[in-house]
Amino acid sequence: MPQPLLEVKDLRVHFPTDDGLVKAVDGVTYSLAPGETLGIVGESGSGKSVSSLTVMGLITPKQANISGEVLFQGQDLLKLPKDEMRTIRGAKISMIFQDPMTSLHPFYKVGFQISEAILEHQEISKKEALDQAVEMLARVNIPHPKDRANQYPHEFSGGMRQRAMIAMALALNPDVLIADEPTTALDVTVQAQILDLIDKLKSEFNAAVIIITHDLGVVAEHCDNIMVMYAGKAAEFGNTEDIYYKPLHPYTWGLLRSIPRLDEDTHERLHPIRGLPPSLINVPPGCAFHPRCPYRFEPCDKEVPALLPVDGHHAAACHLSLADKQRIRDEEVMARG
Amino acid sequence: MGRYLIRRSLFLIMVVVVVSFLTFLIFVKLPAGDPARRAVGRTTTPEQIENARKAFGLDKPLYVQYWRFLRGFIPWPPSQPLEMIAGKPPPPDGPWLDATEPDGPYYSYGNFVPVKEEIARRLPITGTLAIGAAIIWLLLGIPIGILSGVRRRSVADRAAMIFAIVGVSMPIFWLAQLLLYAFWFKLRILPSSGIPIGYEGWGGALRAAAEGRFILPWVSLAYINAAFYARMVRGNLIETMNEDYIRTARAKGLSERRVIYKHGLRGALTPVVTMLGLDVGLLLGGAFITETVFGLPGIGQLAVSAIGTNDFPMVMGVTIIGAFIIAVANLVVDVAYAFLDPRVRYT
Repeated sequence: MPQPLLEVKDLRVHFPTDDGLVKAVDGVTYSLAPGETLGIVGESGSGKSVSSLTVMGLITPKQANISGEVLFQGQDLLKLPKDEMRTIRGAKISMIFQDPMTSLHPFYKVGFQISEAILEHQEISKKEALDQAVEMLARVNIPHPKDRANQYPHEFSGGMRQRAMIAMALALNPDVLIADEPTTALDVTVQAQILDLIDKLKSEFNAAVIIITHDLGVVAEHCDNIMVMYAGKAAEFGNTEDIYYKPLHPYTWGLLRSIPRLDEDTHERLHPIRGLPPSLINVPPGCAFHPRCPYRFEPCDKEVPALLPVDGHHAAACHLSLADKQRIRDEEVMARG
Repeated sequence: MGRYLIRRSLFLIMVVVVVSFLTFLIFVKLPAGDPARRAVGRTTTPEQIENARKAFGLDKPLYVQYWRFLRGFIPWPPSQPLEMIAGKPPPPDGPWLDATEPDGPYYSYGNFVPVKEEIARRLPITGTLAIGAAIIWLLLGIPIGILSGVRRRSVADRAAMIFAIVGVSMPIFWLAQLLLYAFWFKLRILPSSGIPIGYEGWGGALRAAAEGRFILPWVSLAYINAAFYARMVRGNLIETMNEDYIRTARAKGLSERRVIYKHGLRGALTPVVTMLGLDVGLLLGGAFITETVFGLPGIGQLAVSAIGTNDFPMVMGVTIIGAFIIAVANLVVDVAYAFLDPRVRYT
């Protein structure tokens, strides 16, 4: 395994609120190798966004109690002074967001907004920065990039705006690109384009990518590894093949079964996961998923299951024995198709 | 842009005409007392009243009266100058006889000066008051609002919001009296209320301002507005700082200073322009309370005294001018907004 570029170790992000402590991220560990694409999958409120915003330094100790380590090229970003963090944020680690409609400033021209990011990190003239911005727009396949750079975000379509965001994020040739639900707000046809674009640029820029999504189907062909998160913790971690074909956590099963299939009898209903994601203030004791888990048994509501490796680096946090998991998976989950 | 402005200007004229028509109807159809009767005094003969009615043109059909009233505000061609004001002796049948001239100026029933002239004479006072106060409240309100919005829940924020609550709750006339008591009556460092005779036109108003005669009126008027603006800027800024595009700006690695002042303020201050245009427009139509308390002979005071004496022409004149200024302020705000917010287009 190559030397990891980014290592997150036992990251915890707890927000103190009037109602109690919100444990948005509660002990997450993962690592990212150069050129790797990691998918972080989970429902709303599973902590996937918060964990990456924390990596970016966009959640500050003022807002939340943060513990753990975020090692980027061996340097703990959580301990870095603000100003030094700023030189990394946007230049070495950059991020694109869920809703391109609201992520760009409505009052500034797109070219300016991209060049602003470049100027912040490079000692070049405004003219040169703008030229680079135009070049970036061309690289994300925006036609007439020169004219487009001179337009405002509202003159762009949703997909174009997300392209512009990607151009902005990649303008400084970052080592890590974090894409937080990059396609959720877009049309289905545009979704695939954007993900393909990220794939293409990832190899061109030789960057590692983290794709955060709630939709397992979206990331299947774009990720090397996938981490499934539930209630601020990793439920399962493995490479894409493990997660899709040999999943070992009841929550992952639920996610997979809830993907609608076109090749099945149409009169069959969808299979949602019953219940709601837990409140992050009162996380259920033991395994946070146990109230919704059809396979729960004795220790589930008492002991927190550890994320234990099964084979290689495929790991799942579940009390079921490996044999049981494999049996249930093969008989009930995968038998379906 | 050109077409938009033409369309809006035509619309503006239409609004003013409609307002003038409604005001005219209200004051003609619901007069609180017969103007002709009031004009001739206590002991009169029916003949004299009839003469006065003729002199005012009140015997003419309504559309003639309305046209004369409207004509009094159309600047071109200029209506005939009033000889009485030029120092000539009044005509034997009474000073208002000129009023029957179909093209003559529209006179006040009170002192027989043309309404337009009287308003023009008072506009500099109101203008100086409103614009000076606006500058002060912007200089106070915006920085206080920014400070409070950026350092939310800090001591400075709490202090600023106390300042704002006090300002919003304190009646202007009370604050004005308080200021007068302290700075004129007790400390004797600022002049008392009123503008001396001879301070005419914009020159006179500016001279009065230079002598400090506007300081207390400005402060009284500015405080309440500064309080409103501080609260508005604070609220806008806090709201803007939660926008997704602010997160994007931070994600670019921009300094917090640049995030706040370049990205946050731009969104937060744009609505202030709208408010400012409308507030100043409203005040230019007369800052009634402030003008009355400080004895400033402005539009607001004119309106108050005209209403008190049933001087219909003057009341109507003030109403029209007020409506006109507010309509213009609206237009200015809309045009300014299109410059400030690229999403707004002239259509």
